[in-house]
Amino acid sequence: MQDNPIGKPLSRVDGPLKVTGEAKYAAEYHFPGMVYGYIVSSKIAKGKIQFIDTAKAMEAEGVIAIYSHENVPKLARLDLSYKDHDAPLSGKPFRPFYTDKILFSQQPVALVIAETFEQARYAASLVQIRYLVAKHTTNFEENLGNSHKPSLNRFPIKSRGKKADKIISEGDVRLDTEYLHMYEHHNPMEMHATTVQYHDDGSLTVYDKTQGVLNSRNYLADVFKLSKKKIRVLSPFVGGAFGSGLRPQYQAFMAVMAALQLKRPVKVSLTRQQMFSFGHRPATHQRLTLGASPNAQLKAIKHVAIAETSQLEDYTENVVNWSGTLYQCNNVETNYRLVPLDIYTPLDMRAPGGATGVHALECAMDELAYKLNIDPLELRLINYAERFQDGDIPFSSKELKECYRQGAEKFGWSRRNPEPRSMKDDNQLVGWGMATGIWEAFHVPVRAHVKLSIDGKLSVSTATSDFGTGTYTIMTQTAAQLMGLPVTDVEAKLGDTNLAWAPLSGGSFTAGSVTSAIKAACDGLKKKLLKLAKKASNSPFKKLKPEQAEFNDGYMYVTGNPEIRIKLTDILQSEKTNTLEAKAFSLPNVLKQRKYARYTHSAVFVEVKVDEDLGTVHVSRVVSAVAAGKILNPKTAHSQIIGGLVWGIGMALHEDSVMDNQFGRFVNHNLAEYHIPVNADIPEMDVIFVNEHDDIVNPMGVKGLGEIGVVGTAAAVANAIFHATGKRVKKLPITLDTLL
Amino acid sequence: MEQATLLGTHESTAIKLSINGKDHSLNVEPWVVLLDALREYLSLTGTKKGCDHGQCGACTVLINGKRINSCLTLAVMHEGDEITTIEGIGSSDNLHPLQQAFIDHDAFQCGYCTPGQICSAIGLLSENKVKTTADIRELMSGNLCRCGAYQNIVAAIKQVKGNIAE
Amino acid sequence: MNRFTFNKAGNIADAFSSQQQSDFSKFIAGGTNLLDLMKENVERPDHLTDINALPFQEIGMNEDGGLRLGALVTNADTAYHPEVEKRYPLISHAILAGASPQLRNKATNGGNLLQRTRCYYFYDTALPCNKRKPGSGCGALQGFNRIHAIFGTSDHCIATHPSDFCVALAALGARVNVTGPSGERTIEFEDFHRLPEDTPEKDTNLHPGELVTSIDLPEYGFHENYKYLKIRDRASYAFALVSVAAGLKINDGKIEDVRIALGGVAHKPWRNKEAENMLKGTTPEKSAFEQAADLILKDARGFGHNDFKIILAKRAIVKTLSEALNS
Repeated sequence: MQDNPIGKPLSRVDGPLKVTGEAKYAAEYHFPGMVYGYIVSSKIAKGKIQFIDTAKAMEAEGVIAIYSHENVPKLARLDLSYKDHDAPLSGKPFRPFYTDKILFSQQPVALVIAETFEQARYAASLVQIRYLVAKHTTNFEENLGNSHKPSLNRFPIKSRGKKADKIISEGDVRLDTEYLHMYEHHNPMEMHATTVQYHDDGSLTVYDKTQGVLNSRNYLADVFKLSKKKIRVLSPFVGGAFGSGLRPQYQAFMAVMAALQLKRPVKVSLTRQQMFSFGHRPATHQRLTLGASPNAQLKAIKHVAIAETSQLEDYTENVVNWSGTLYQCNNVETNYRLVPLDIYTPLDMRAPGGATGVHALECAMDELAYKLNIDPLELRLINYAERFQDGDIPFSSKELKECYRQGAEKFGWSRRNPEPRSMKDDNQLVGWGMATGIWEAFHVPVRAHVKLSIDGKLSVSTATSDFGTGTYTIMTQTAAQLMGLPVTDVEAKLGDTNLAWAPLSGGSFTAGSVTSAIKAACDGLKKKLLKLAKKASNSPFKKLKPEQAEFNDGYMYVTGNPEIRIKLTDILQSEKTNTLEAKAFSLPNVLKQRKYARYTHSAVFVEVKVDEDLGTVHVSRVVSAVAAGKILNPKTAHSQIIGGLVWGIGMALHEDSVMDNQFGRFVNHNLAEYHIPVNADIPEMDVIFVNEHDDIVNPMGVKGLGEIGVVGTAAAVANAIFHATGKRVKKLPITLDTLL
Repeated sequence: MEQATLLGTHESTAIKLSINGKDHSLNVEPWVVLLDALREYLSLTGTKKGCDHGQCGACTVLINGKRINSCLTLAVMHEGDEITTIEGIGSSDNLHPLQQAFIDHDAFQCGYCTPGQICSAIGLLSENKVKTTADIRELMSGNLCRCGAYQNIVAAIKQVKGNIAE
Repeated sequence: MNRFTFNKAGNIADAFSSQQQSDFSKFIAGGTNLLDLMKENVERPDHLTDINALPFQEIGMNEDGGLRLGALVTNADTAYHPEVEKRYPLISHAILAGASPQLRNKATNGGNLLQRTRCYYFYDTALPCNKRKPGSGCGALQGFNRIHAIFGTSDHCIATHPSDFCVALAALGARVNVTGPSGERTIEFEDFHRLPEDTPEKDTNLHPGELVTSIDLPEYGFHENYKYLKIRDRASYAFALVSVAAGLKINDGKIEDVRIALGGVAHKPWRNKEAENMLKGTTPEKSAFEQAADLILKDARGFGHNDFKIILAKRAIVKTLSEALNS
């Protein structure tokens, strides 16, 4: 009998391709006659293009065409056609080359197409543009007073009970606090790129950097008024995305437009600077009021967030609702408002809303713990929410207490001296901080397809995405286990619109949703195999019910009677077929699921060392204990969590896209000055997966891990810095100047 | 700055680059950087473009055994050099021990920084300056990993290097 | 990146005749800064002369007992050179605090001296910058000036010089040997880089067409008591907000000689001889270091976001001297 691959630390199945450079990303396809596009970006934040002079650029060697709003071909007319699957519910999506209007700095204003990359890049520098400058509004902090309620909110805010001011009385402990973080950009290592292959029949094969090939395909079909059948989008490898690939970015538009016009293959890649020209984590200002009785029970929470959005769309994310979920509290008041600025629409960025809202809540909880003179972990345990209070329903599973216990034990939390500035290591102040993490466990519909071949190989496929998330690997493991085949006989396919339908990949819902669909498809395939096996006149399986059939080592067995078996490939043989396949469409069982609240949890513990003379902070230890249901692959799961922790550390200490309001432009638009953590910033970190069984969340019991590593981590760092220094820095990132 | 006037012609020149032990003849203009020559002219796309400005390390290759950023050097300046890219380190059916160690330790997620990390780590090992884990972290800091696989990268390098103090 | 003609110079004469083809020509050695800036259209030379074959490749002893660092030796080879490590560890430490191993393997000593500022406004052709485009204004003065200078600024420019190596060279009192169409000359390190004044487009006092050939280190390298401290926004691979190179020569419990140079604070490595002289002959102790730091920072001026550099530099000087003393 073979080992069950689910839950085993299988090495990434796409590993060999990635470590050898054989894995191909969107900009790495070559076709005969391919031409290159280079995008010219607006130098101003708001106004109008008065005049584009392309004469000099057109004369440059190798230049084939230059596109702008002046000569853009006829496109879809309605804004609706530009609404992709991740577009905000309200507003008008940005339409490249739509008008002469400049809506944000670095808006794409022209596309130069030339025979070589170098020719296009050079000619782009020759395009002369005269702008009529209008006064821009980009100062978020100055415009907090100009906020509005989002016209449509993806996450309608929830309040309950009475208002905080009515509830918190004199004998209570009251905390009023504010938190602020500014803009962050996704900055995946691979810059957004699209390569388009033009076929003689007018159809296109598009290699796009995306988290959803179907989203790209549908957007392109709608915008260019093409039949969906005429566009195939592929993204077998995606060099990181973290949300940046949730919406089709404008280089896809550019590449397809040029390919259709020129009837030639086209490649367009953004520059690193242009990676700062589109979606980002929105700057958000948060005010919290917490009221607790002297025995540390929360009586009221008020959480008000104001975030920025563009003038185009009302981007919304779940910032404030966590405050009504995480702790037992009868009175929760929330509000969420938006300030429109002359910048591009924000975009979901790893743990959107959660990274933001839980940061403020978890720092506020730390502040409250100090006001109450109680251990921060103890405060969380006193206010532990056993049930989901918006609707008073149970959690489908919630092993957060185990996260607290195991995390604290591994970290040595009990040895913490609560007094700030009390712990030292040589000349450095040492601080220990903790926070809770939470993320919703979504389950989304997915189609999956499995196909068994006469050679014993199984292919499992769906049009989902693996942008480093390990989807290839868990698809392989899941199908291998369910069909009783060795993982080496299973091939996972994804990132191709020719495959079975799958939604965008993000929000930590891919692992659970995709593997549940694979389970459904495998169940279908097993039934088919059983049915065929019954056909033989002397079949020992005649009376067998599907649930009595077991699959292992390439055989179908009778449960409890392993001598009665048949080789799967023999079933195909006798049927004289080379392949047998099954498709499934897995839908969430909404009736069952809605009786439960479904969340992933974590407890993260951080040690920092602070050089007080210089203000420098080093994160020296991290323990993160995660309750995320079934862990399909502890190796790739561990990587997801440490990656999230690195993001949390970056959010706490480094990442900051600086807007210069003189020019309405991000000025540190490169990887030298937009700091993400480097190897030397990151210590060895401990990840614990606590046991958590969940029959509700999806048929696989998997909750997903993409976001949970980030959520709460920045708060744990900030709380550790407070413990080390006695300074409560309420603006992120906590750079050394704030600690001097 | 406005465009300066051009001098003479800028015809492409035929050059010969020795890459992974093989000579490659190609025609490039002087302003073609080595990274683009590899990726766009020779279809050696294992070397990645992550920033094009020497700020991320994804384009790391070895020139005469030394790791450099291929985005910040001109192709025409490397005739006569021995260039090693990830394609010359190993292939999926014949992995270099460091490539195997990266797989064993899951030292990557999306894989985009990975060829640069591996070339950089090979350079690191031949430089022979590493005594501690902290040295590995510092001397691998020229390679950004946005997925955050740093501790696994360190573990992979330690597996190959052996005998590393904390 | 604009188009340019390209020559490889086989010798110095070749290099100069190639260079003289145009008023907009540049030498290229490592290229790590020049090509970066060319891709941003900040530098737009129409002709490049590759000088990598020129005979400035050695590190060797000078007659005065000092060490000569060839301009074309890479930063990495310099930092790890046994003589440099032994006699001038301040140089090694400063170089290794900068950039990344990959960049240090390519960047040359001469190029390091000539690298240009990392000011955001200089780097972005959409924004005003007097250094890039004289007369266009300074975006940083009223802008995001957290990384900018606190010493020697002008109304035209508040950019800093980004090098670590140069800070150590300034501390040691190196000399820069150059050659040009009108002959060879030697420039004291403190005279090599300029303050911005009203011509911020000029970073150095090199004459047009001149080429750095080598850098001479003095005989004494403060190898006993030295420290290079670099303070930055992440643990590695970031430019200095403030850096300090310090060397102490202690004799009989007193400071016989001392050097203090600062990076990240001015258009050139910042050295204050008055403060050094004040320390000479005194007992090395924290209070004396603090007095010196106060003196050095006396004339510092912040522009808002970079005000913190004044207090940070003060503390960094005291810390660096204290650690140099105990090294």
